[in-house]
Amino acid sequence: MKNKKRHSLGQLLLAGPYTVWMVGFIVIPLFLIVYYGLTNKSGAFTWENITAITSAVNMKALWLSVELSVICTVVCLVLSYPLAMILANSKMKNSSLTAFLFILPMWMNALLRTLAWLTLLENNGVINTILTKIGLPTIHIINTPTAIVFGMVYNYIPFMILPIYNVLVKLDKNVINAARDLGANAVQTFLRVILPLSIPGIISGITMVFVPSLTTFAISDILGGSKILLLGNIIEQKFKTANNWHAGSGLSLVLMVFIIVTMVISSHYEKDGESANVW
Amino acid sequence: MPNKLLDLIDISKSYDGQTVLDEMNLYIRDNEFLTLLGPSGCGKTTTLRIIGGFETPDTGKVIFQGKDITNLPPNQRDLNTVFQKYALFTHMSVEENIAFGLRIKKKSKQYIKDKIDYALKLVNLDGYGKRDVESLSGGQQQRIAIARAIVNEPKLLLLDEPLGALDLKLRQDMQYELIRLKNELGITFIYVTHDQEEALTMSDTIVVMNQGYIQQIGTPEDIYNEPQNAFVADFIGESNILDATMIEDKLVEILGVRFPCVDTGFGTNQPVDVVIRPEDVELGKPEDGRLRGRVTSLIFKGVHYEMDVMANGYEWLVHSTRMFPVGEEVGINVDPFNIQIMNKPESEDEEAQSTDEE
Ligand SMILES: Nc1ncnc2c1ncn2[C@@H]1O[C@H](COP(=O)(O)OP(=O)(O)OP(=O)(O)O)[C@@H](O)[C@H]1O
Ligand SMILES: [Mg+2]
Repeated sequence: MKNKKRHSLGQLLLAGPYTVWMVGFIVIPLFLIVYYGLTNKSGAFTWENITAITSAVNMKALWLSVELSVICTVVCLVLSYPLAMILANSKMKNSSLTAFLFILPMWMNALLRTLAWLTLLENNGVINTILTKIGLPTIHIINTPTAIVFGMVYNYIPFMILPIYNVLVKLDKNVINAARDLGANAVQTFLRVILPLSIPGIISGITMVFVPSLTTFAISDILGGSKILLLGNIIEQKFKTANNWHAGSGLSLVLMVFIIVTMVISSHYEKDGESANVW
Repeated sequence: MPNKLLDLIDISKSYDGQTVLDEMNLYIRDNEFLTLLGPSGCGKTTTLRIIGGFETPDTGKVIFQGKDITNLPPNQRDLNTVFQKYALFTHMSVEENIAFGLRIKKKSKQYIKDKIDYALKLVNLDGYGKRDVESLSGGQQQRIAIARAIVNEPKLLLLDEPLGALDLKLRQDMQYELIRLKNELGITFIYVTHDQEEALTMSDTIVVMNQGYIQQIGTPEDIYNEPQNAFVADFIGESNILDATMIEDKLVEILGVRFPCVDTGFGTNQPVDVVIRPEDVELGKPEDGRLRGRVTSLIFKGVHYEMDVMANGYEWLVHSTRMFPVGEEVGINVDPFNIQIMNKPESEDEEAQSTDEE
């Protein structure tokens, strides 16, 4: 009996730091958001902060957030898949080094990376300067949703490449050979074997790009001016400008529902916990 | 004599400067059962990969049904492979795996269904059609891999150790089924194994390989009774391999004692290797033997007794239905027909091969 007690005490001690971390950085903040989201300034319970999403401004921002995130995710997927395939199939001994090079930009500060895009896309930025030099009409991208998508794709594409690459390099070459052996040409082999087997990577890529795109406010701030409001920007304003934590938390809860739905769908597709996630 | 179905001409292959196959020449006739036999890493799988089209040889040609297919992609070759590690499609059910090739060929639904049923029965997995392949045991997966290949009724079937994961009983059943299949469908087999017994029982022709070289090609009887060198003799079955001197035609000196034999043409006073199978060593009274020795160990093996006999500094392996107890003095005799004389390896290549004994 005594032994057993000591044993479980030891376990408790070992789990201690983890528990403290979980409570301090996940449970308490989450609880606070739920608390603020469901109360008004005088501390009474209310749905108001949640139903605020139905206002025209907020709906527009939510819709735009979803729309841009979907576009960003699709663009990332379309660009990443062929790239991951080339990387995974390259005969180069150091193809993992090449893959690493693609992730390297992630180590730079995200704001810095986004500001770089600002310099490129500005009305008299690098791109337009070059266009003028070679006698072409300038383009107006900055402060449009397009600019925001550019920024999001650039920032989040490594999160798409990596899980897909991970799945593809682990594919058994003989399974692909078997498909060819049974008469499938290159296209059939891709559609019937390679693509279905890489779905777990695609799903985690989609999750890892869609979720941060949906919640971003920094990228839309910088590349959208303050003219284009995503839901992330509205939440940010509520907290910082309006100093209204209740409204901000309420909208965050709404956004969280979207994220949870995405996560549930994605975990459904990840067979036997063999996740290709890099988070 | 039936035509050559497949002809490998001067095939060489190396990886990173390491030679895996060296100018290999081999052909297989229509409806033949040919086995590639050799120790791990000797190039068996590489040979199959070149025939299957997954690897291009550095030099040489692959001729199939009279056409040069060296550079033809795998899907355009009228042959199928059973891969060493099954290589099943894990995202498909057993049925879908088996149907893969037939669906690509756009066969009718009914035809595919019949084929699946037939193949599942054949490999003894009736009723497993809807199962997830990952839920099957290694042996079951191996049988699905066989089923997936044979439903396509290829002209030539390449099998890379297809029975490796099966227990003895099931393996024997499957050996029998494969032979039946070959005869029924007229499929030609190239079979890889490192189980010499399997090779001896199933094959029409055995190709013994070592380190990328063909050591001997022949019928199972040839390979077993007349191994061409010490490597083959050692690899195929247990044997006594001794240094000896060919005194003259039909007379060989083994361990200082002269034995009559039947081989000629090895010259006079030439060093040779001699192979004597354990069942060919005759034991008797000490005074009747050409050699005298003492029994050092005795094991009962069911059909026979296995004994070690120390004589003139060599420990002879003997299989006999007569039992001689440990410590007994015995005489050793060998029938002239049962002494297999082999040239000592001469070339550098052969030297390298026979020093490496797995
Ligand atoms: N893709 C490759 N790259 C480098 N070396 C290889 C490659 N494929 C095979 N080899 C080498 O070639 C040699 C022969 O390999 P192979 O697979 O043909 O052997 P095997 O006879 O089938 O052996 P086992 O009985 O173990 O299956 C081995 O030394 C192996 O390491
Ligand atoms: Mg092999």
